Amino acid sequence: MSQAPVVELIDVTRSFPGPPEVQALKGVNLAIDRGDYLSIVGPSGSGKSTLLNVLGLLDRPTVGEYRLGGVLTAALDEEARAGLRARTIGFVFQAFHLLPRRTVLDNVLLATLYSGVPRRERMPRAKAALDRVGLAHRMDFLPTTLSGGERQRVAVARAVMASPELILADEPTGNLDQQTSGEVMDLFEELNADGLSLVVITHDQHVADRARRSIRIADGRVSEL
Amino acid sequence: MTRSILRRFRRRAATEGDGSATDDSATERDGSASEGDGAVTDGDASVTDGARDAAALPAVARADRFTNQDLLVEVSHGIGGHTGRLVMTTLGTVLGIASLVVTIGFAQTAAGQISRQFDAVAATQAVVKPETANSGGDEVATSTLPWDSPARVERLNGVERAGLIGEVPIGELQITAVPINDPSAPEVLSPTLLATSPGLLDAVRGEVRAGRYFDDGHDSRADRVAVIGVRAAEKLGINRVDSQPSIFIGERPYTVIGIVDGMERRPDLLDSVILPLGTARADFGLRSASELQLRIDAGAGPLVAKQAPIALDPNAPENFDVQAPRSGSSLQESVQADINVVFLILGVIALLAGGLGIANVTLLSVSERTGEIGLRRALGATSRQIARQFMVESVVIGLLGGLIGAAVGVFAVVVVALVQQWTPIIDLPMVFGAAVLGAVVGLGAGAYPARKASRIEPIAALRAGV
Repeated sequence: MSQAPVVELIDVTRSFPGPPEVQALKGVNLAIDRGDYLSIVGPSGSGKSTLLNVLGLLDRPTVGEYRLGGVLTAALDEEARAGLRARTIGFVFQAFHLLPRRTVLDNVLLATLYSGVPRRERMPRAKAALDRVGLAHRMDFLPTTLSGGERQRVAVARAVMASPELILADEPTGNLDQQTSGEVMDLFEELNADGLSLVVITHDQHVADRARRSIRIADGRVSEL
Repeated sequence: MTRSILRRFRRRAATEGDGSATDDSATERDGSASEGDGAVTDGDASVTDGARDAAALPAVARADRFTNQDLLVEVSHGIGGHTGRLVMTTLGTVLGIASLVVTIGFAQTAAGQISRQFDAVAATQAVVKPETANSGGDEVATSTLPWDSPARVERLNGVERAGLIGEVPIGELQITAVPINDPSAPEVLSPTLLATSPGLLDAVRGEVRAGRYFDDGHDSRADRVAVIGVRAAEKLGINRVDSQPSIFIGERPYTVIGIVDGMERRPDLLDSVILPLGTARADFGLRSASELQLRIDAGAGPLVAKQAPIALDPNAPENFDVQAPRSGSSLQESVQADINVVFLILGVIALLAGGLGIANVTLLSVSERTGEIGLRRALGATSRQIARQFMVESVVIGLLGGLIGAAVGVFAVVVVALVQQWTPIIDLPMVFGAAVLGAVVGLGAGAYPARKASRIEPIAALRAGV
């Protein structure tokens, strides 16, 4: 093992002050290597979302350490965390989160705004990303005119814009039918094959089964499946 | 023991974030039950580990960061999205700014009407008199105008012509056209006797009806010549000067060489017999002139008022009293004092309402766009960047309202002035100031919503959808 893992959680506990105090994550240890393909399953209320937030630098662990891409995140201030988030993590959400009044291209370019992608590279990169998800012909459409599968592909294109090391997908197929969810997962797997680490949080057992590695989270505790 | 030292060391590492401390934490982590083979144990790996700490956060070139230009693009999309709402939002500011501009514009226009009625002559005429002091109940002049006053002040910028006037005391002497002492004739009021310098006629805009005005030659030789005002000429029965008529002051004859008219500023000259100063000094012992009349360029009033006394007596300029027309700016000051306070207050209230409107709508927009805010945060926006975006949106809306309001206000003033056949007077800096005031209102109104937007938890925001 010569390379540091992309994600490393060490004894991470996240508790929400009560009363009663709720421990959403309890002593979680988790390492995700470069190129890993991991699915996280668990019933609602089990701490999945909290784990996602901690992984995505959207929340801080109450106790424990989190290293993202080798960087100790506890020491970073909010601004540095935002910068690290922009450059290391690509998000894909269940609700797609595309701005309804901006074109597909604008939505994809949005990811370059805060991440410091060199200005000259932005447009070619966005076009390449859209080309890669097979939506080059929809560049000037508004997201509202696209189908669910197409929207999620736009979101995937946006997620890979800043060339992150990790894709965090929160129920990426939750709003899609079986066939389109298969297509979207195929796309994810292509990206993973190119070396991106992929974490998919899902309810869908079909989706979870496709991952090489799967963990279950129940009552704040993580167990490898 | 070692553990506690390590822990302390690690805590310092958390604040300093240097490579050696990371090394320690890695070692300790090894001891704890970590899952999988992710834990780094050997020294070499932790060196690369430390190097990554620095390398993972490379500085981004300034041009590639979220610049003001990016901000403006995002803001324009944020505002442009809801045209109908934008109109409603700006309406309050438009009304407030428009009413302010209209109030001030009308006050200025009305004042302009008043100042237009000012005599054009008054704007180009100035008078210098010796200062007077009370001594034993009598007004006594504290200084005298030098005989060469006209020459002194005509050298000043803005002075076109100057002339001295002195009242000549004649006591019991009568001014008549015929030297007949008729005890039975009713006593008539004889015209007053004045003495002036030759330039006075021009200085008070007089005109010669017949003959001529006396000149420097008459003055220096103390010739016994006189010029009479047109009404005095009527009284004395003189209507032509080609026959060289004489008038008698007491028993001394003076040749009438001209009849003068005009002189709106000193209409008493029309009722007077006017001698050259030199003649009055020689014959009547005139000791000093009583005032200096100046014809000045329009707008030169303040300058002349300041310089003329110094030119007359550099040692004691305070001994002269100058009446000169005020400058345009001091006129403007008095205009601004006339602004209707009630309308001004109404305008400010409308503006406050407009500001509240902006605050309300921006707040609404923040809660509507919670998902967008969460997305931007997930894409790496800092809370400050979010706050700035909403702040600038609100400022732009305010500025827009201010610009439209200022335009509407100017238009209203112009239309009403046209209907009333007035000259619309609008202070341009005031108009631009009003537009900027709109932006300031937007700034104030945006502060709270922007703060709220920046505090939105990205986690909660992302659940809300876009």
